[in-house]
Amino acid sequence: METITKDIQSEETNKEQPSLMIEIDHLSKSFGSKVVLKDFNMTLNKGENLVILGKSGSGKSVLIKLLVRLLDIDEGTVKVLGQDVVQLDDSDLNKLRKKIGFLFQSAALYDSMSVRENLEFPMRVMKDLKAQDKEKLVKEALENVGLEDAIDKKPSELSGGMRKRIGLARTLILKPDIILYDEPTTGLDPITSKEISKLILDMQKKYMTTSIIITHDMECARITSNRVIVIKDGSVLAEGTYAELAKSDDAFVHSFFE
Amino acid sequence: MEIITPTKNKLDKPVAFIQPNEQTGNVVKKALMDFFMEVTLLSRFTIRFFKQVFLPPYELKELLKQCYVIGYKSLPLVGITGFIMGVVLTIQSRPTLAQFGAESWLPAMVGISIIREIGPVITALICAGKVGSGIGAELASMKVTEQIDAMEVSGINPFKYLVVTRILATTIMLPILVIVSDAIALGGSLLAVNIKADVSFNLFFGNVFEKLVFMDVIPAVIKTFFFGFAIGLIGCFKGYNSNKGTEGVGESANSSVVYASLLIFIMDMIAVQITSLFS
Repeated sequence: METITKDIQSEETNKEQPSLMIEIDHLSKSFGSKVVLKDFNMTLNKGENLVILGKSGSGKSVLIKLLVRLLDIDEGTVKVLGQDVVQLDDSDLNKLRKKIGFLFQSAALYDSMSVRENLEFPMRVMKDLKAQDKEKLVKEALENVGLEDAIDKKPSELSGGMRKRIGLARTLILKPDIILYDEPTTGLDPITSKEISKLILDMQKKYMTTSIIITHDMECARITSNRVIVIKDGSVLAEGTYAELAKSDDAFVHSFFE
Repeated sequence: MEIITPTKNKLDKPVAFIQPNEQTGNVVKKALMDFFMEVTLLSRFTIRFFKQVFLPPYELKELLKQCYVIGYKSLPLVGITGFIMGVVLTIQSRPTLAQFGAESWLPAMVGISIIREIGPVITALICAGKVGSGIGAELASMKVTEQIDAMEVSGINPFKYLVVTRILATTIMLPILVIVSDAIALGGSLLAVNIKADVSFNLFFGNVFEKLVFMDVIPAVIKTFFFGFAIGLIGCFKGYNSNKGTEGVGESANSSVVYASLLIFIMDMIAVQITSLFS
């Protein structure tokens, strides 16, 4: 397994990575007249789990979509792994995207494919990977999330929690350096939410990834976070550890921890 | 446009039933703007298709899968429609031809009608309903559930994987479906002819092919490639650009059928004009 993991890491990944994984400077984003992010600044260090809190519609999901340029940036700079995402051409952007995992709110599993095909799909970009290596990686990913038996099932046959786990397995299969989680526990019961939160933490420890976790689930934030940011009106209102922010005097910040 | 019947509201101010001139003008202007915007976006989408179709990587596996889904899985519906088309056309035409004592012309007339016009258009419309709506709804649903975004962040080009393969598959498979449908329609016609007469297989098809010329067959086959392209293009365009959540899924499926059907009729009209120029 060790050799396969080495194989799928690109040449760039093997180079020494910057300690600053993400650097956002004066970022602004609007949709028509609605300003979503305004003069937003943030950094993310290697190995860190950053949780972003904020009201619905405060621009949290927009922020992580801007990091992988699923949306275009209006103003400011976004550097991911030292590269300015605005300046990248399609080929370089795709290379960068291979190093970033994205777990969508709905898990975004491909309905027409089985779990196996869903997990194999991101490996299409790894042309040199042999069929048996793909099979091993799929099995390893499913073992990580405890769903080895679901390999031939279709997403429609899975529960919400299982879909999230498979989504997480697909995100991790290429061993990304950075993982972006968009509300990983939304729509799940408290027990499954806790399982997913612990899984996120376990995977971070196992693969030494750096993560941004967007959530409204405070238990998930408490379990997974090294640092927490609270967004209000499109910019950072408060920043600190979970324990520090829990003691905040600010009424808006405090309302999340009540 | 004048105010027809003013009524009064609680503040005793007149309320117009029909919008005054300026507002009506604005509505027309907006409709025109929307139409031209749609045409511009569709043109860009088409140009993007032609740019991507020749560039590697070629998604052959997905193309074959789509050919199977679009072609093979449409065969029963196309076959049944073709059979009914042949039977109905024969039964309906017989009395009129009998009035002129031209019953012997029945196989040739049905054959030419089916191969030149009815077969391609009816099959294309059936496919616009089945395949076009399916593509529109599938892609719109993938868009809503962020599956297209998931593909994009995996470093895979979703336009090439989803759009190019589907448009190519409809373009390739529709002519084949039309040929199958025409053959089954002629079979149905043979059956219908034999309800009131005793016509052998050889006599019937001998009569059909005796009157058919290349100028009947070739333009009819060529236009089906364009029909197939239109079905795939409109379905993909509507689905890929869907942006109204789950409401947009139904809307995409619906508008895919409507616009593809309309485009098929327009293309057919142009094809008939071009064919008549050469014949």
